[in-house]
This record gives sequence, C-alpha cells and structure tokens, in this order.
Amino acid sequence: MNDTLIIENERLEIQLLLEAIYLKYGHDFRSYAFTHTKRRLEHRRSIEGFKNFSEMQHRVIYDEAFFNSLLLDLSINVTEMFRDPWFYKRIRDVVLPHLKTYPYAKVWHAGCSAGQEVYSMCILLEEEGMDDRVQVYATDFNELILQKAKDGIYPMDLVRDYTANYQKAGGLRSFSDYYSADYDNVIMKRSLKDHVLFSSHNLVTDGVFGEMNVIFCRNVLIYFNKELQNRVLQLFWDSLCPGGFLCLGSKESLRFSSVADKFDVVSEREKIYRKKRSPSTL
Amino acid sequence: MKKYEAVVIGVSAGGLAALDAILPTLDASFMMPVLVVQHLSPDMESYLPLHLNMRCALHAKEAEDKESLRPGTIYVAPPNYHLMVEEDKTMALSAQARVNFSRPSVDVLFETAAEVFCDRLVGVVLTGANSDGAAGLAKIKQFGGLTIVQDPATAEVDAMPKAALKSTAVDYVLPLDCIGPFLQTLARQGLHESSPGE
Repeated sequence: MNDTLIIENERLEIQLLLEAIYLKYGHDFRSYAFTHTKRRLEHRRSIEGFKNFSEMQHRVIYDEAFFNSLLLDLSINVTEMFRDPWFYKRIRDVVLPHLKTYPYAKVWHAGCSAGQEVYSMCILLEEEGMDDRVQVYATDFNELILQKAKDGIYPMDLVRDYTANYQKAGGLRSFSDYYSADYDNVIMKRSLKDHVLFSSHNLVTDGVFGEMNVIFCRNVLIYFNKELQNRVLQLFWDSLCPGGFLCLGSKESLRFSSVADKFDVVSEREKIYRKKRSPSTL
Repeated sequence: MKKYEAVVIGVSAGGLAALDAILPTLDASFMMPVLVVQHLSPDMESYLPLHLNMRCALHAKEAEDKESLRPGTIYVAPPNYHLMVEEDKTMALSAQARVNFSRPSVDVLFETAAEVFCDRLVGVVLTGANSDGAAGLAKIKQFGGLTIVQDPATAEVDAMPKAALKSTAVDYVLPLDCIGPFLQTLARQGLHESSPGE
C-alpha cells in the first residue's frame, strides 16, 4: 500500500473513532483541528499498543474508563499562571479600570483547564481591590480537569515559572503570598476562589453563558477548525454584554473570523477585543 | 527528476548564522514554501522574520494558525508554539506539551509535513545541541521525502546533525555553504518539470 493510501485510510479510521465517541458519549471532537487530534490519539494508541485506530474504537465503545483517559488526552491541558505576562499587565492596565466603573461584574474563563489562568485573574482582582465585586465563572468540559481547577494544587517545580511570570506581569506582592507549600506541591490560598463558580460547560455542544463583562478563552480556539471557531466566537459575542471584553490566546485572532466587524480591537498584540455597542444604544 | 513541493528546516543552537548562510542564497524564482523551526526562548518575541526579511529575496513571516502555505515564502514557527502542517496545506499552531524539551519542536513540524507532502518534501537538519529533528527526519525518509543534514564538521554545535544522521539513511550530508545552492537546484528542477510524477 502506498503512503497516501495509508494516510487516507487512517484518516477514515480516526473519523469513525470520533463519530463513535460522539454517538456513545456525546463529546464532539469532529470539528477539532485534525492534525492536533490525530497526534493526541496517536500518542494514546502507541502507549496502549493498539495496532490501529479501529482496534482503539472498539475499546472506546466498550470501556468507559478507557474513554475517560482518552478524554484527558483530547482535552487542552497545557497552561500556566500569568501565561504571557505582558497580557496580564494589559488586563490590569486597560481592562480592570473599565470593570471598576461597574458596581458588579461577571468574568468567564471558558475552557479553564486546571485553573491556572483563573487564579491569575483572581490575584489581579484581589490586588486591585475588586474581588468582592466580581463573580468569576470557570468552565471546562472535562470534569476531572475541572476538579483540579477547584482543588488549586500545583506542582512545586512549576511554581518557579509562575513566580517569574507573576513578577513580569507587574505583580504587586510576593507570589508566595498566594499559596502555601508542602514538599512537592502548593495549594492556592482558599480565599482566592471565594468568588469563583466552577462548572461544566462544553463550548462545542452547550449554549450561551450569561451576560459577561469579560470572557477569557486563551489557546482553545487554535484546536478547532475554522467553522467551529466561528460558531464559538458567535457564542462569545452572544454571551457578552455590550462593551464587554473578549481575550484570546496570543496566536489567535478575530481578524479572519466571521465576527471580526462586531468587535473593536483593544490591543492587537495581547489579543484583547471589545464587543461593539449595538447602533441603537449609541 | 522529482518535483518537490515544500522544504522544512530544523535548527537550534547556532541557528541564526546557519539560516543566514542558507536562506539569503535562495532567489525570487524559488517556488516552494520554506517552514522553519528554530528553538528560541519562549518569552522572546521572534525577531527572526524581521531579520530574514532584511536579507532574503523571499518573503519571511511568522507562521499563523490556519494560514495557507504560499510558494516562495519563509514561515517561521512562533516562540512557544508547535508548528504543524494540515492535510489541506494550511498551517496549524499548538501550545501542547513540549516535545524533546522543545516548543516549537522540529519533530512535530517534520512528522506532520511528511504525512502531507510524502515524497514531495525536503527536510533539512542544521546545527543544534539536542536530538530534536532526528525522529522527524526519519519519518520524512520513510515517506519517500528527501533528507539533508548539515555536515557536522561545519556545524556550530554538532549534536543535532549527528543525531539525525544516526536516525536514518540520510540522502545528502552537505557543508553549510552548499545547502542553499542545493535547495535552489531542487527548486529549478521542479520548475522545469512539466508533467506531474517522475
């Protein structure tokens, strides 16, 4: 068999596997960027020693525990605190002053993964004296990862990087004020999550989420295909109040999306956008 | 003679000088896209596209997610993201875990490009201090692509070329200053090849 044919057949097997996952468990990865998905599945296939993806499909259908481990593979779970420090500096300098003009504001971390960016935002809010006036929603489709976010426990060796990021982001205190440490791990200060509601939400299959003032969704959309990106961006537009902020990952842009003209660019490099007020309210 | 469709280059320590010795020698008739992974510090803004644009006849830019590959363009992987090629010949970025302690990783680019371009791909491994790119180059070879490794004797750091040479039966081991002209020759052959196939 030539290489092209092998790749075509393998693609077919992967499409069937994703279809099986959707039909059996309701998780829809069919509109994810294909190469990314294939690499994640390939990783699991080689660990488990399946000869091919069809074998893996059989196991997925009959073994829910196996499916759950696959779900972790397919989740986007690489993030850090104060990721791209310059971004958080911009949030503090530009977005938070706007939020301060509201008596009460709502912030949504969509696809919050293990919560690193949620705690980063909570730290900013506390330092700006706004934590009592902001409700933070943190959502992810993966319950296991969401539980990690709730726990707020992170490996000590990562905290060194987080600390450096925090300082570069213009942190006002010592980062160690926000956690207590044992030998291998740190646990984030409990009061940080006093105003956080963790809940399950799937961007692919679930609907509009509240009247948000700020939505964070960083480095999630790059794993979606163009059509799904546009669908999710429309969901964000629908979930934002007029003048609300949308924050994307540093390599994600509204520029070529179907909602580009419904947002103003606040900060191009940091990928901070603002929902235009509708003409009738101008 | 075979017509090639794309070139992928992986480089690490000593990379800037090596790229400077190759990419500026390609002239405007060079019709293949060139995708480059250079290991960089994650929080550095990439100066590489700017740097290359001042020296190269080809247009250099940072690779963007979902962007289509265009001929005669140099695409540089952004710091802290993997660069991949999708089946429809667009590029995709990923912030997934490091591979070979690297993000971007040469292996990730090479492996995904190999599956898309198969025997129409040219892979080049240059100077570097680790073994990233070795597995990727082996995959390019496995899919019938052309493999080139910088002669370790001419590499600022020879670990990466040596690892690549160990991983597969590499087609050409070339001194640094011969790689650019060689790529140019490959591109010309492609141009003069009118019928598809061999």
